[in-house]
Amino acid sequence: MAFKTEPVTINLGPQHPSTHGVFRLKVTFDGEQIVDAEPVIGYMHRGTEKLAEERSYVQIVTLTDRLDWVSSMTNNLAYVRTVEKLANIDVPIRARYLRVLCSELQRIASHLIATGFLMQELGTFGGTPLMYCFREREKILDMFEMLCGARITLSYMRPGGLVQDAPPEFWERLKIFQKEMPGYVDELESLISDNEVVLARTKNVGILSDRVAVDSSVTGPMLRASGVRWDLRKADPYEVYNSLHFEIPIGSVGDTFDRYFVRINEIRESIKIINQVVEQIPTGPIRTEIPYFFKPPIGNAYTSVEAPKGELGFYLVSDGGISPYRCHIRSPSFINLTVLKDLLVGSTMADLIVVFGSIDIVMGEVDR
Amino acid sequence: MFGFGLIKGLLITFKNLILPSRLFTVHQYPDRKVGPIELARYHQDWQNTSFIQFVINNPIKTIKSLIGLISIQDRYPQHSRFRGQEFGWYENRCTGCASCAKYCPLGIIKIETSRSGVDLDEGQKYKVDVFDIDMGRCMFCGLCVEACPYDALFMGSGFEESKYFRQELNIDINNLKNNDTKPSNWFRPQLESKNYDPRRNGALEWDQVGRHQKPTDTDQANKWSKR
Amino acid sequence: MNINNFQNIINSLIPGLPTWLVFITSAILISFIVINAVVITGALTVWLERRLLARIQSRLGPNRWGPFGLFTPVADLIKMIGKEDTVPATADKKIFNLAPIVLLVPVLLVFAVIPMSNNSFLGQLNIGILFIVGVTGFNTLAVFMAAWSSRNKYALFGAMRGVAMLLSYEVPMALSIISIVLTTNFLLNIDGSNLSALSLVGIVQAQKIPFFILQPLGALIFVTAASAEMSRAPFDMIESESELGAGYHTEYSGIKFAIFQLTEFLAPVATAAIISVMFAGGIKGLSFIPGSVILVVKIFVIVLIFIWIRATWPRLRVDQIMNFAWKFLLPLSVINIFSQAIILQIFYSSDSIITINELWTIAFINWILAGISIFLLAKLFGHKGRDKNIPIPSKLANMEFTSE
Ligand code: SF4
Ligand code: SF4
Repeated sequence: MAFKTEPVTINLGPQHPSTHGVFRLKVTFDGEQIVDAEPVIGYMHRGTEKLAEERSYVQIVTLTDRLDWVSSMTNNLAYVRTVEKLANIDVPIRARYLRVLCSELQRIASHLIATGFLMQELGTFGGTPLMYCFREREKILDMFEMLCGARITLSYMRPGGLVQDAPPEFWERLKIFQKEMPGYVDELESLISDNEVVLARTKNVGILSDRVAVDSSVTGPMLRASGVRWDLRKADPYEVYNSLHFEIPIGSVGDTFDRYFVRINEIRESIKIINQVVEQIPTGPIRTEIPYFFKPPIGNAYTSVEAPKGELGFYLVSDGGISPYRCHIRSPSFINLTVLKDLLVGSTMADLIVVFGSIDIVMGEVDR
Repeated sequence: MFGFGLIKGLLITFKNLILPSRLFTVHQYPDRKVGPIELARYHQDWQNTSFIQFVINNPIKTIKSLIGLISIQDRYPQHSRFRGQEFGWYENRCTGCASCAKYCPLGIIKIETSRSGVDLDEGQKYKVDVFDIDMGRCMFCGLCVEACPYDALFMGSGFEESKYFRQELNIDINNLKNNDTKPSNWFRPQLESKNYDPRRNGALEWDQVGRHQKPTDTDQANKWSKR
Repeated sequence: MNINNFQNIINSLIPGLPTWLVFITSAILISFIVINAVVITGALTVWLERRLLARIQSRLGPNRWGPFGLFTPVADLIKMIGKEDTVPATADKKIFNLAPIVLLVPVLLVFAVIPMSNNSFLGQLNIGILFIVGVTGFNTLAVFMAAWSSRNKYALFGAMRGVAMLLSYEVPMALSIISIVLTTNFLLNIDGSNLSALSLVGIVQAQKIPFFILQPLGALIFVTAASAEMSRAPFDMIESESELGAGYHTEYSGIKFAIFQLTEFLAPVATAAIISVMFAGGIKGLSFIPGSVILVVKIFVIVLIFIWIRATWPRLRVDQIMNFAWKFLLPLSVINIFSQAIILQIFYSSDSIITINELWTIAFINWILAGISIFLLAKLFGHKGRDKNIPIPSKLANMEFTSE
């Protein structure tokens, strides 16, 4: 006698310990195997793009903080660069260097979080690596507090430069950070990448082939893990990136382990960049004074930067008024999430969480 | 493959367990438990005693601290640029220009002005009647402070402002006047160059905070009447 | 301290009671004491575990309530008792309410046979090890009862995985026990002792050198299988909190949840007690320290190791766990049994005695054997190790940046 079986449908989320916010995933299981996965997003929609149409150009900077709240520096950067392109504003060279410094610090912080939460989802109790990552990230946040008085919602950048120059304490702290961080990264890596259980759980799990990755315009560490050497910092060097030397780490097959591995290596590269910036940074002004309510000429502009999660782009249309006519945000988390079904179907329940964690999304950016 | 990586991981966690430099990531807030030595040091701040003297003088306190029953005040070290609550506002500096209100992304600052009585027609200065900030919606972006052309508005350094009712979060002009103004250094290089720290140093008066001295009424009247 | 002492005390206090009454009274008294002691130990383990985990993660852990946060379990308990006890509307109420008890009681029962001195609390049970294997088998049932009755898909997922895992790990565990019993039998026969090889007292008696030195393979298998049995890292499949919320006790709240938590924290203590009796020599050790103190210290150390492992290792996937049980532990335990039997027989038949020196030789041989068999099995069934992470550039849109 054959047993009659039927697939089980489970709602993962919107409230679930591993969904990084309010994300809902309708998964159909056949036993432990996933046969279908349907992401449902929108629970966190705050209408950032619409709100931006009613704010002046400088005020929108505060909105961008809230997109991807673990890397607000790069969000600020992407936005102010678009405004600068739209209104043809010059940025002093010291400000450019400081911007690069900040966004690399932010990249380290964001990748630490991604790695830590991946480990948490692999099931280390209470996430011991997560706590180590947070310990290091806390130092970066302390430095951000010195720069701009806030730790998460920074609003540090303004069209035309930065709000304030870095205080002397910042450089002292940064020196300690430069000295200690490589050791911590090595330790983190040997805690994670040598662990047989981690390898068994992540190797050949959730493989994203380069073809699918390119076709669905996945960007960031996810794309590079699939072996595609594409990084806007090299491909379209913005700010002062073309005077800095660094490598672009890539993975081999695009599985979960590669995504983690690319991130760890990117942290190393970021430390390299920071070292160079500290050597090269000139003195000078950090801000071009522009009026608070300035009116850019009629036109439109799109620029993008390499945010920790991928290509973050802003598209602004100006009708000559004090606020943009339209603001569109190309958020990497949202586009990286579109391949979720391809990654999941055929794997198991336990892999679901790990794969999902390795994509490294922040719901604030997905739903905007 | 043979579990060596697992053992390596165990050693790393053990290292983190025993190395004191890796131990604390948190500053306990609002107070923390201390041992006898730290307690003695804490007492020394205001009583000049050595550790042994402290133990002799306070045997009960020492024993209590040994079993972890004594706590002292502690706070996270906070940079002087910290953008916190308790807006600092100086009536004497404020001209009622309402730049701050215009510049707030959320529009939560409400300012009403009337004529001040001095040379009204010349428009030199308004009297501020209403200055409301809805702290319940403020996101501490600091744009209002950045906008203030007369250095009259400052971010504060506090953060423990939870209230039982939403309405209590509305700050009005009386609150602002009576606030113990400890301005944050955010966007105020003149304070930073003086090495001012709102947490260590006390409150500042209106004439200590400006980039430029505010013109007296007579000066102003002269200036305006010349025009 | 065991039941005979109590019987004597009651007899001397109230002479002339019928024997059965004396027995029942003293049994109830001693169970009362033991259960309370064990539950308090469980509460303290909660504190220890949270505190130590926190330290490993460079946090502080609970430290507010009482000296070093020692009263935190009390606060937890008060909170849990104060919570509303919700039962899902569609739940099978009888089974739902029974499940926590079915889970807790076997863990408590284990302590009845642990020899804290020359005897266990309830006199000497000459099939102690069988008793333990039988009693701990109950948790499979309890987990499934809890999950099935609460009508929750997450819980059912956890329980389904759990049942499969618990059942499979019972096999290598029992097999490794068999090799212990085998060795005990040999050694006891040589001593001419009349203790049963199945009783825990006998096993302790036979350990001239601790069995984890004599039989590293058996110890490894038993510890691994036991940590799977109590569902701790890296086998915490039943309650994989990052995947399933809380696994089988998702729907429980209030005091029932407290019982689940208590069991979860008592299980390591019980397992550590069994391990220290079976593999670490139980009450044996330094002769000038009372045996019960030595046992408690051993239990404590083993619990610390469990906590340490829990803080470090991630969780395996369910199919990997099953593979590990059937493809790795099972062959290993079969190898273990046969090699033990053969080696002991060889050493025994030469002069029908096994001296201490010969035991050390056996231990040495066993360590080498363990290394070889683990290596071979890992080669045979293991995942291929971490291949060097050589980046493979894709052909698509691959900008070859010069590094300058
Ligand atoms: S800090 Fe920002 S949100 Fe708050 S009142 Fe000032 S401008 Fe408005
Ligand atoms: S606080 Fe500053 S910006 Fe606001 S009204 Fe007064 S002077 Fe103008």
